[in-house]
Amino acid sequence: MSNWKEFTKGLIKENPNMVMLLGMCPTLAITTMAANGVGMGLSTTFVLVCSNIVISLLKKVIPDTVRLPAYIVIVAGFVTFVSLMLQAFAPDIYSSLGMYLSLITVNCIILGRAEMFASKNKVIPSIMDGLGMGLGFTLTLVLVGSVREIFGSGQWFGITIMPDFMEPMTLFILPAGGFFVLGVVIAVVNRLMKKKPREIGCHNCPNAEGCPGACDKANSNGGEQ
Amino acid sequence: MSKLVIEPSPHIKSGVTTQKIMLSVIIALLPALFASVWIFGLRALIMVVICCTSCVIFEWACRKIMKRSNTISDLSAVVTGMLLAFNLPVTLPFYMAIIGCFVAIVIVKQFFGGIGQNFANPAITGRIVLMLSFTSYMTTWAEPFYYRNAGEIVTTSTPLVSETPVSLSDLFLGTTGGCIGETCALALLIGGIFLVAIRVISPVTPLCFIGTVFVLSIFSTGSLEGALMSVLSGGLLLGAIFMATDYATTPITTKGRIIFGIGCGLVTMLIRSFGSMPEGVSYSILLMNILSPLIDRFTVPKAFGAVSEQKGGKK
Repeated sequence: MSNWKEFTKGLIKENPNMVMLLGMCPTLAITTMAANGVGMGLSTTFVLVCSNIVISLLKKVIPDTVRLPAYIVIVAGFVTFVSLMLQAFAPDIYSSLGMYLSLITVNCIILGRAEMFASKNKVIPSIMDGLGMGLGFTLTLVLVGSVREIFGSGQWFGITIMPDFMEPMTLFILPAGGFFVLGVVIAVVNRLMKKKPREIGCHNCPNAEGCPGACDKANSNGGEQ
Repeated sequence: MSKLVIEPSPHIKSGVTTQKIMLSVIIALLPALFASVWIFGLRALIMVVICCTSCVIFEWACRKIMKRSNTISDLSAVVTGMLLAFNLPVTLPFYMAIIGCFVAIVIVKQFFGGIGQNFANPAITGRIVLMLSFTSYMTTWAEPFYYRNAGEIVTTSTPLVSETPVSLSDLFLGTTGGCIGETCALALLIGGIFLVAIRVISPVTPLCFIGTVFVLSIFSTGSLEGALMSVLSGGLLLGAIFMATDYATTPITTKGRIIFGIGCGLVTMLIRSFGSMPEGVSYSILLMNILSPLIDRFTVPKAFGAVSEQKGGKK
């Protein structure tokens, strides 16, 4: 596979969030604002690229039995670096991300890429993989964050865009809104990628025995409201 | 030789259809609608009409887009619209009510497969989404008969949090602050008795729900009058009679319905006494809706004539 393909697969096709459903915790927790999504996404991308490089270089050195602790130590080093840099140069983002910044250490996207890709590939493909996955993650965070910020507080990157007569819906900033927006985004992406939903069909139906095959008819009877 | 077709039972069909059931629910809601127009003026009627219309339109459009058979003729969307409108304060801007209808019909009902497939009561969930999103609008209640004072809206508090005591007769007739359809206990009771009389709903759930709240309020307020007030105020009667008896989202056995009703009453009283919100009826029904499949699983009735396995084994 060419390096370019390693890069692009992370954006949509194997997007760590929307397709592989990894890293749900930061996705739900920090996406109340689009700007948070950019900060979180880019920090994760940086850590991901750096840790991919180091792990790819050290893949022969790290003993197989202790590879996970070794990965975590490497990742934690870069996370510490990023959080200190953010604290120094972008204190706003640092304070709004809070503890989720240090939790990048145990982000399953990073460990997943280390285990699945960087420990088996050369340095250059690992960099491209890390970049693609990181940017794919950033893309999701910004998308979910934008929807939640626009509907939940009427702003986008801090600029008010909702007309005066509309009230923002607080629900979107609440955790429930996060789950809801993420679910809808995943559904839309699946639909766009033409993934077929699992068919239940008569052969899997628990009531298939003794059913005349008129499920629709049965469904339309009974049920108030 | 013609093919012998074996169909599963039941072979006798009753004349009851979803449409007839929904129509009788709508009829049962009419007294409360008249009462609300009397108490809160024409805007209450407009709100109900807007909610019903938008629910039907959302249902129609959603089924159309999802390429499914259209189900608007079963009137369930109208009932959802009416119930949702009854749960809103009369001063709420109309577009917020339409957002509530969207949540109720599209998200709660159609995303899960349409009528009979929804896991929670659409109207309740629509109300809760509005409550969480527009809290200040959803907790502003107009003074009864405000429309007679040259259209100036005077706001008041719901009897649940009001400091001045509200008389029992006011609560019974509904001339207090509150959501459109929840204030008039008399009209709701007429509707409930009508539904029980024509056997559309079973009285078990409402009785258990209201009974639990009544008994617990005797303890919490220390007087019979206080307990009566607690039963008559807020959305308890509306919720217990019309929402806790929804077919799709409540248990089907009598034992299950008793558990459901008591659970609703318990959660309602917990929220009313210890929660930060004044009213807990909608949350209690939503929580018990989610528990319904479990309740159903634990209250499977014994089949007629069946012997339990152990006894059968001994013979």
